[in-house]
Amino acid sequence: MRPLTFWLVAIAVGAAFFGLSLLAPNQYYFQAGYVVLQYIVLATAWNILGGYTGYVNFGVAAFFALGAYSTVALYKLLPLPLPLLVLIGGVVSGVVGLGMGYLTLRLRGAFFSIATLALAVVMETLITNWDYVGGSRGAYILRPAQVPLLGNYIVYLFLVMLALAVIAIGIARSIERSRLGFGFAAIRDDEQAAEAAGVPTLRLKLVATTLSGALMGMAGAPLPYYVTYLDPASGFNLAYAVNSIAMPLIGGTTSWVGPLIGAIFLGTVQQLATVTISSALNLLIVGLLLVGFVVIAPNGIVGLVASLRAAMRARGVHRQWKRASREPLPRESPR
Amino acid sequence: MASSLFLSGVGAAYGAVRVLEDVTLEVKPGETVALLGTNGNGKSTLIKCIMGIVRPVSGSIAAEIDGKRHELVGMSTEAIVDLGIALVPEGRRLFPKLTVEENLLLGAFRPLARARLKQNLAYCLEAFPRLAERRKQLAGSMSGGEQQMLALARALMSAPRILLVDEPSVGLAPLLVRHTIDKIKELKDSYQLTVLMAEQNFTQAIRIADRGYVIVHGKIAFAGNSAQELNDNELIRKFYLGM
Repeated sequence: MRPLTFWLVAIAVGAAFFGLSLLAPNQYYFQAGYVVLQYIVLATAWNILGGYTGYVNFGVAAFFALGAYSTVALYKLLPLPLPLLVLIGGVVSGVVGLGMGYLTLRLRGAFFSIATLALAVVMETLITNWDYVGGSRGAYILRPAQVPLLGNYIVYLFLVMLALAVIAIGIARSIERSRLGFGFAAIRDDEQAAEAAGVPTLRLKLVATTLSGALMGMAGAPLPYYVTYLDPASGFNLAYAVNSIAMPLIGGTTSWVGPLIGAIFLGTVQQLATVTISSALNLLIVGLLLVGFVVIAPNGIVGLVASLRAAMRARGVHRQWKRASREPLPRESPR
Repeated sequence: MASSLFLSGVGAAYGAVRVLEDVTLEVKPGETVALLGTNGNGKSTLIKCIMGIVRPVSGSIAAEIDGKRHELVGMSTEAIVDLGIALVPEGRRLFPKLTVEENLLLGAFRPLARARLKQNLAYCLEAFPRLAERRKQLAGSMSGGEQQMLALARALMSAPRILLVDEPSVGLAPLLVRHTIDKIKELKDSYQLTVLMAEQNFTQAIRIADRGYVIVHGKIAFAGNSAQELNDNELIRKFYLGM
């Protein structure tokens, strides 16, 4: 599919999904849907750096919470429309992503991951001690109850997050099919060889950290309006990082479909567990699923489907061969 | 116009461990120069210094490309590739999970090479017909010899003037080593390349080399002005090349 066609299809699917969601019997579906969509954005964003270039980022919560806290800070300063806040959250987290990349991308493997984890801790400490945005007490956000045209504010939040999900997936897909994507894959396969072949590895990695960070920040920006009360402990919750890593791993990291499937699957399961049993169960579910997938399908659902299809094809070929071998050999006609 | 390479007084170290000391060598236009020595003597480090992957602690490295002189120390690797210097790394270092074609395209990542992408791809596939058959195959699933050919082709995709080859014989059967070395010679002749080849397989390297340097413990121990001179030096053969 050409990139333009894909964008149009993605937008159409998004619009159709929104149209369908308006049939929902009550507001809860928007509440739950918002979280799943938020994880689609986070997982896709994580995958741009973690899946395409192979750099595992444990600092998802930092970028996410920075987006959220930039909304809190601006809310106190001057009220802005939500899409603008999303954009600003993205810029803030993107700049932090660029800075983090510049400081840490000379580290590889586990060392890079530890550095990103440290970033999350540092950011949380800074925000906890910044009184203007509420410090450790947290901050309250008053949101309008109704929005023109859409009705309840939660529907509006849902729509914004749906648009973000479409944008994130569109970006991920375009990267995959571009020269940038090839460069990322080369870094993932063998970074030194990529460098020796003339791929500008540092620059590409900076593009990845910036894009990934910006999308995470955008996913976080509407959060204060969603929860209406935000404190550092919930904004910087480790669950965001764990989920955003688990979802692409469960879905499959090499294509945009993986994080999408993973986020829908895991996000929905978690929402179901929250209403039926308890939200305390969520991390346990993630852990068990992750262990299960590492054992059964190390390349995620996408990889599992691909290998099943290959096996089916192989069986077909085998059957053909058996049938052919049962038939008598054609005899040479006498001349 | 041909291109050449000058190294003078190059020293390099990994932390406190000195790997190269005062290495001075020259590759003249259109020459094939062999860099000989056994494991751990600094051949690969020297190649990496030229490519800007390892930064030397002293000395200067310069390349003259089509009549223009460039100082290479301090330049980034991608800028050096852009000048027209390409590396076939030790152990091939392909991208195993990408296809043959994608591997080749990654050799032409820089803007200069991209402008001539189609041309270069056609000429690589012509030089290596085997790769044309396997365009869509994953690089990691090919045999060692085919992978070495792909590594050579990938380096050619940047349309280089100077080709650096680091240990082309690693992990190949003797027959394939011979084949690879012949191929390097063939490519050099048809594209007027200047070649610097690090190699420990003395007999094979000397077949195509015009001259050679023997490197021992990071220093140039012997500079042979012709292949014959290297071949005739009994001491060098015995003590440094283990023959």
